[in-house]
Amino acid sequence: MTEATSATEATFAKSTDAPEHLSWDSGLRRTITVYIPLALFVIGLLFPFYWMTITSFKPDHEMYDYKQFNPFWVNSPTLNNIKVLLFETRYPQWLITTMSVAAASTFLSVFSSVLAAYAIERLRFTGAKHVGLAIYLAYMVPPSILFIPLATLIFQFGLFDNPIALVLTYPTFLVPFCTWLLIGYFKSIPYELEECALIDGASRLQILWRITLPLAVPGLISAGIFAFTLSWNEFIYALAFIQSTENKTVPVAILTELVTGDVYQWGALMAGSLLGSVPVAIIYSFFVEYYVSSMTGAVKE
Amino acid sequence: MDATVAMATHPASFVRKPDSWLTKLFDYKPFLVFLCMLPTAGLLLVFLTYPLGLGIWLAFTDTTIGQSGSFIGFENFEYLMEDPVFWLSVTNTIFYTAIATAGKFALGLWLALLLNNHIPLKAFLRAIVLLPWIVPTVLSSIAWWWIYSPQFSIVSYVIVDVLHLRDTYINFLGEPWPARWSLIVANIWRGIPFVAITLLAGLQTISPSLYEAALLDGASGWQKFRRITVPLLMPILAVALTLSVLFTFSDFQLVYAITRGGPFNSTHLMATLAFQRAIPGSQLGEGAAIAVSMIPFLIGATILCLYGVGRRKWQQGSDND
Repeated sequence: MTEATSATEATFAKSTDAPEHLSWDSGLRRTITVYIPLALFVIGLLFPFYWMTITSFKPDHEMYDYKQFNPFWVNSPTLNNIKVLLFETRYPQWLITTMSVAAASTFLSVFSSVLAAYAIERLRFTGAKHVGLAIYLAYMVPPSILFIPLATLIFQFGLFDNPIALVLTYPTFLVPFCTWLLIGYFKSIPYELEECALIDGASRLQILWRITLPLAVPGLISAGIFAFTLSWNEFIYALAFIQSTENKTVPVAILTELVTGDVYQWGALMAGSLLGSVPVAIIYSFFVEYYVSSMTGAVKE
Repeated sequence: MDATVAMATHPASFVRKPDSWLTKLFDYKPFLVFLCMLPTAGLLLVFLTYPLGLGIWLAFTDTTIGQSGSFIGFENFEYLMEDPVFWLSVTNTIFYTAIATAGKFALGLWLALLLNNHIPLKAFLRAIVLLPWIVPTVLSSIAWWWIYSPQFSIVSYVIVDVLHLRDTYINFLGEPWPARWSLIVANIWRGIPFVAITLLAGLQTISPSLYEAALLDGASGWQKFRRITVPLLMPILAVALTLSVLFTFSDFQLVYAITRGGPFNSTHLMATLAFQRAIPGSQLGEGAAIAVSMIPFLIGATILCLYGVGRRKWQQGSDND
């Protein structure tokens, strides 16, 4: 509606102004109060990525010589840093480990969360509210106070230096988040649909499988991609529980394996950071709306 | 509506089969609740609740890596009380949390207000703004580390060689105070997107008719912000603030990636110090004691944020649903 109005306005008055734009609110004023700060924000938020990207394509002599070469641009781009990363380190293996750990822990978390959210929101047993609150409180327990006892636990289970340890511990922060998100989604599905199915003689599990889940698909996608991103980005558990080079996840490996002694290989470090960020950035670009809705949804609940 | 229901509920597959004991069991509600809660409860009890208790127990023992310790009472805490590095990490953590949270919320709120305007490419801008939050913190921290490099810092280059404001390159991470401020800037950078997008969602729920009414009553821009935007944003602000404070207070990745607590232990947060003592230093008991000392701060901060800032809504007694 508003867009249509502004479109007609624009065609008639050849003005790019928004509909609520009042006459005293001049274009200059709007530029100073809105567009310039916004541009500064965007530049500030994106600059580290830009810097990371161009550094990964710079040859060494250019990277350390700002006097001769303009640092903000690449004069003779090279793929050397990326080649070093792919063929002289175990980067491909780290990538596979990270992906499998993230996929497995996401599956485990979403599976448990669906069942828990369904029980809390739909089966409505006595004390369901309290269980929901307990799960919310679990979300507020930060990993940095859990990793020491978890390390001893993992050691007792004989899972030290084993990626399975990560698959089992990541749900500690994924399950509370996903459950909370899915409770919100289940709430939005009309209860009458389930009642009808119950009257028609469907069992509870049939209802969950045939009615509730298909209707909650957007919620499942949100929970899934969010859990995947969170496990991809996880650092402290992967740092504490994994020791051998070949089992490390990408974020840990980039930081611990590419810094050798006092000489930092900035080219390879930046290329590693770039390649480690690209997979999540690609997933993100496909599902932006789901990210926004799950992020805001979890806070609103 | 009726059509959907009919379609969804009448396929042949829902025709009642003869009830076996298994079907009956799966329709027995207490059993079903038990079954549904089992995976979540199992995971959380084994890997969250039990470790939380175990951590508190470990704090009272002299456990080291590879050797289960024995109960030593408050010895770990007594030792920490006299450890200047521990107290430095406590003040660092409080300072870091306070300044970074203030920065994040001031800039994040500003960005949310900017994005709430009618601007071209709004969805695209919103997507771009979230990037720092999506990318693994460690990897973007490595980019900051490179930006803060003593010899090749791009910031120093701009200040010294382009703007000629200084003669020497800034030693960002080599001295305690510059290092602390550098970490705070990186943390604010990483936190802005979360705050901005959450608050933007809150702003979009505020009805425009309220602003129209205020405009008719002759309210100024500041008055509209102070009397309409802020009060209506409070509930979501309180939740975002609580989460932000919790995660900034227990921050580990950013500091570990950029300074590892250096120079001379001056930028250690409680989390990085706990890691330092527990894993590379193999003093699990002492590390656990540092981690446990964070709990009272975390509980205090949560109560302060939820009931201090969110009181308005809480007093009205309105339901959170």
